[in-house]
Amino acid sequence: MSASNTDFVLAVEGLTVSFDGFKAVNDLSFYVDKNEIRVIVGPNGAGKTTVLDLICGRTKATDGSIKFRNRELTKMKEHQIVRAGVGRKFQTPSIYGDLSVFENLEISFPRGRSVFGALVFKRDAEVLQRVDEIADMIFLKDLLHTPAELLSHGQKQWLEIGMLLIQDPELLMLDEPVAGMSVAERRQTADLLRRITRDRSVIVIEHDMQFVAEIADKVTVLHQGKILAEGSAEEVKKDEKVIEVYLGH
Amino acid sequence: MSYAGFKTLFPKSDLIGFAVLAVILVIVLPLAVDIFRLNLIGKYLTYAFVAVGLVLCWGSGGILSLGQGVFFGLGGYGMAMFLKLEASSPENTAIQSTPGIPDFMDWNQLTELPWFWEPFHSLTFTVLAIVLVPSLFAYIIGVAMFKRRVGGVYFAIITQAVAAILTILIIGQQGYTGGVNGITDLRTLNGWDIRSDEAKYIFYFLCVFLLFVCLGVAQYVRKSKLGRLLVAMREMEDRVRFSGYDVSNFKIFVFCLGAAFAAVGGAMFTLQVGFMSPTLVGIVPSIEMVIFCAVGGRLSILGAVYGALVVNWAKTTLSESFPELWLFAMGALFIAVVMAFPNGLAGLYSKYCEPYIKQKLKSFRAGRGGDVMAEGVAHERQ
Repeated sequence: MSASNTDFVLAVEGLTVSFDGFKAVNDLSFYVDKNEIRVIVGPNGAGKTTVLDLICGRTKATDGSIKFRNRELTKMKEHQIVRAGVGRKFQTPSIYGDLSVFENLEISFPRGRSVFGALVFKRDAEVLQRVDEIADMIFLKDLLHTPAELLSHGQKQWLEIGMLLIQDPELLMLDEPVAGMSVAERRQTADLLRRITRDRSVIVIEHDMQFVAEIADKVTVLHQGKILAEGSAEEVKKDEKVIEVYLGH
Repeated sequence: MSYAGFKTLFPKSDLIGFAVLAVILVIVLPLAVDIFRLNLIGKYLTYAFVAVGLVLCWGSGGILSLGQGVFFGLGGYGMAMFLKLEASSPENTAIQSTPGIPDFMDWNQLTELPWFWEPFHSLTFTVLAIVLVPSLFAYIIGVAMFKRRVGGVYFAIITQAVAAILTILIIGQQGYTGGVNGITDLRTLNGWDIRSDEAKYIFYFLCVFLLFVCLGVAQYVRKSKLGRLLVAMREMEDRVRFSGYDVSNFKIFVFCLGAAFAAVGGAMFTLQVGFMSPTLVGIVPSIEMVIFCAVGGRLSILGAVYGALVVNWAKTTLSESFPELWLFAMGALFIAVVMAFPNGLAGLYSKYCEPYIKQKLKSFRAGRGGDVMAEGVAHERQ
């Protein structure tokens, strides 16, 4: 099944994945606009993370189509999807503990991605400047030469976001970016997200409805692999079905 | 290379480490021991090639291969085939029913040199084959495994199976390979007697030189972005993949590089010891090679060299007096390394010795060091 071309950055149509007959995502369709912040919410097991896995190629779709700027992603390998401009942050902070903050960011810098390219890669002014710029943005400028394993949980989350930013992706996918953060860190992160989403589309998975209301352009509520409701945070909050299965009375 | 480039490639502490090793191998050992012992040390050093490759694969990249003996053996057999053909000239083998072919072929009723032996008449071909055949073989294994995302324990078991299979193949096809005895009775290299003391000295220094070439390559790889990527892959493979890298290509590259190092070591083994046999290819030697690397420190290329030297020296010494004890000692050593000092000798050095040396140096510089250095400069000027 192939979808028609659209003006959307991301067009997901009829997306289905089944694990041994269990449909984790079932005939799902949604569209993400340019510069839109889309938040996906839903109860545990609704298929939120699976949707991100499908988009970034970690899980192969059983059926349906995912088009990113009208390029079919379901046939592409993970690294090709990244190179096409899709960045993905994992739920638990995935950083390289034995390397310094600087080296973590440098590895994510989008140059020298082949074997030969990596062998002759040089730390030139462009790399240094970009790493500096990003480190400043993610509040880690003073910790550039600290081993990443010594960072706090919140700082690790920021570092991973920074590793995505340095790739300058057109679509950024964040899986629970503020989970486990302190209140102060949450505020900083919300601020960070607002700044980095100015010129790109973002999909965020989040549970904290207050945080969701703060950042979302549009909210999609998933339930048992299907869309339960879609709309602004206000609309979704009032939706009877959403209150029933997710928010509670 | 620019001065700044050189400084990043060899930071001061690494440079000192390389220099110390060079002094030990090039000056101290050749002066301190006789040619018989030096030849033994040369043999130990051939395992260091494998251990250095393992530091890259296993220490940096987290890819544990329990089949490096395969590549060591392929390199060694390549060299042995050339030397054997030279030793089997029609004049030397006139008493055989088919003169001009290696003796073990004649014993196995072969009447013609097998086709794959033919190119080994050429030394150029042999030298190329020593590096390229094992690398190509590693490439095939690497593509088959890493592209399918086979890793960790499964990869280790498969490499071990490959080592077992190759040993069985060599032993089973004795007409083509010399069987369980291996390829023995090697005499000359382009007419030059390789069993003379002079040849042994030259091979020892050639071995040290090639080892430093491999160490240099390994150092370059580790200091490049590829080196950091290997560490990143070891820790968080998915993050690397989702940063736009095709992870399998990097694994294949480092596995092939390790194989090439091992093969050079194998060829130097044949030259220095004078034979090649399946006992150096199979599971046991492959695991021993991992132990050399672990004892030296799997994160340090220089540590791996010392590991190979120390363990083999202990093996020789123990086997001379208590032959039956060695296997137990080896097992105990491996357990001790894993339990007590997981980063091996290099880890012990950087934990206990390095801070001590640094402090001594500091107080030396702070004290009379300044004057001594000033005097030194003055002497130089005169």
